[in-house]
Amino acid sequence: MTALSRREWLLTEAPESRRQAAWGRAYRGWLQFRRNKLAMAGLVTVIVLVLAAVFAPLLTLQDPSTQDLAGRLAPPSAQHWLGTDELGRDLYTRLLYGGRVTLGMVIAVVVLVAPVGLAVGTVAGYAGGLADRVLMRVTDIFLAFPRLILALAFVAALKPGVSSAVFAIALTAWPPYARLARAETLTIRNADFISAVRLTGASAGRIVLRHIAPLCVSSLIVRVTLDMSGIILTAAGLGFLGMGAQPPMPEWGTMIAATRGFILQQWWVPTIPGLAIFAASLAFNLLGDGLRDVLDPKRG
Amino acid sequence: MTAVSEDTSVRRAPPSGRARRGFRLFGAGLGGLGGVIATLFGLILVTFLIGRAMPIDPVIAIVGDHAPPDVIAHVRDQLGLDKPLYVQFAIYVRDLLSGDLGRSVMTSQPVTADIGRYFPATLELATVAIIIAVVLGIPLGVVAAAREGSRFDHAVRVLSLAGQSIPVFVLGLLALLIFYVKLGIAPGTGQVDVAYEGMVPDVTGMLVVDSALAGNWDVFQDALWHLAMPSLILAYFSLSIIARMTRAFMLDALAGEFIVTARAKGLSGMRILWRHGFGNIAVPLITIVALAYAGLLEGAVLTETVFSWPGIGLYLTVSLLNADMNAVLGATLVIGCVYVGLNLLADLAYRLLDPRVK
Repeated sequence: MTALSRREWLLTEAPESRRQAAWGRAYRGWLQFRRNKLAMAGLVTVIVLVLAAVFAPLLTLQDPSTQDLAGRLAPPSAQHWLGTDELGRDLYTRLLYGGRVTLGMVIAVVVLVAPVGLAVGTVAGYAGGLADRVLMRVTDIFLAFPRLILALAFVAALKPGVSSAVFAIALTAWPPYARLARAETLTIRNADFISAVRLTGASAGRIVLRHIAPLCVSSLIVRVTLDMSGIILTAAGLGFLGMGAQPPMPEWGTMIAATRGFILQQWWVPTIPGLAIFAASLAFNLLGDGLRDVLDPKRG
Repeated sequence: MTAVSEDTSVRRAPPSGRARRGFRLFGAGLGGLGGVIATLFGLILVTFLIGRAMPIDPVIAIVGDHAPPDVIAHVRDQLGLDKPLYVQFAIYVRDLLSGDLGRSVMTSQPVTADIGRYFPATLELATVAIIIAVVLGIPLGVVAAAREGSRFDHAVRVLSLAGQSIPVFVLGLLALLIFYVKLGIAPGTGQVDVAYEGMVPDVTGMLVVDSALAGNWDVFQDALWHLAMPSLILAYFSLSIIARMTRAFMLDALAGEFIVTARAKGLSGMRILWRHGFGNIAVPLITIVALAYAGLLEGAVLTETVFSWPGIGLYLTVSLLNADMNAVLGATLVIGCVYVGLNLLADLAYRLLDPRVK
């Protein structure tokens, strides 16, 4: 063992343990992923965004809501790296704190949506029959709703704000996951190893939970990553229309809505948060694209 | 539930040959229709529940804060708001079926009339956008697939990923800034220059069509000019999806053995590409285009806000900001119905035109 380098241990053709096989597989995936330059750019950007959001208080000197009406709409300078907004607040600071809001919303949606989709899809696929038809009919109904429009109506009914926006987006985001999980389950359910588990007396719940759901996870991860850009865009769109995060919260879409009137003179004020949305969304798209090539080569 | 039973009856019918195909087409129609009825019912139920969950009292919205209690009670009674929820829902559905979406507080017009006035502008915008997206997107995807791995392929990939990542309202604002403000080569917001407003009679509601019908070519030119930027920007998102999907489908098709055969027969590259390759993906592409067209309705909400385009999206957002709930729910329902209808069309086209679908 000591004679082997770590790389050889990972790439061995004859793994000695389950753990070694799993790590080896992950390492081969990583090697493949690393060759895709665009995907690597996406990964790096996502990491930077996450770090910037998490460490926002350490990376900024100002407070995101401190106003300075005398110094409003100032161009970028040494004191205000990206200038100031319509109330004299530091744009760079608000941009980083805005990343917290956006990424927080994305994570909240995914945490709400992925388990629901996984549960509905695997149960429908494994149970089949009436349960399958009913669950899939409900899924299709929700799939046929226009996301942004419905989210707008929902938010209007609840109360404009981050949690309403998250709830509304989640409500329209879960159906694709259910369909995906069902499709995966259908290909797995008749496999020999499932029959073997069933012969040992495992209950249906255990089979779904322990043996089918884990196998759906990799295609689900790909889908989630690709979906994140859509969630970011919907959240920003809601903010732009005044139905998402509410001022003074530094959400990127809301920031654009508040300053779009200044685009003629101080074009950078609404443009900078716009570029942030673009960068975040593009990064997740590139990352998801690369992940799909590695984890899910069947689907082009 | 009807949909479910129809589905099983179709699956249980095993006659052979031609009859089977006939059955299948019929079943496809019925299955699709059942699904659509269920979906529409779901949509109506959801909008109804949203309307009832509203924090705004619909009675106060009509009579105002200072109305005497007996007026409030009378209006409440008139609107049926004291009845049980399922009765209210039945009334709501009955009104819908007779085309009554209530009255807009903001315009004090029936919502149906408002939507009839605003919807054509959206239709105009979305239709021009989808034409641009198809005309540019499909060739880009086909050529990218034919030259897989080339520089062109990478460029198309980056272009379409960017199109799927940039918020349409940011693109709209930047385009206005660059082409209208800085360069002065594009017209500003709105459907037509203020000087031309109200100069042609309203026939279809689509200004480009109306001005052409009236033979007023000055207005026509100006309207077309105003349409160019919002429709191009709206088209970009769909263009990305269409190019991307065309490329993926084409790569699949070009890997087929029949392509090798066609090459062995000595057919020209163009003929193989377009007739043998593209011919095989045309049907799934119809689905993608129909879905992209439906997606444009959503993009239209944001584009119309940026460009002050007097369509249903602008109507929806202005109503939202004024808490004009009848208008919001009516617009949501109409956009939802169009969306569902396009979904159905996509599904039907796929099932009917592609002989490989079981």
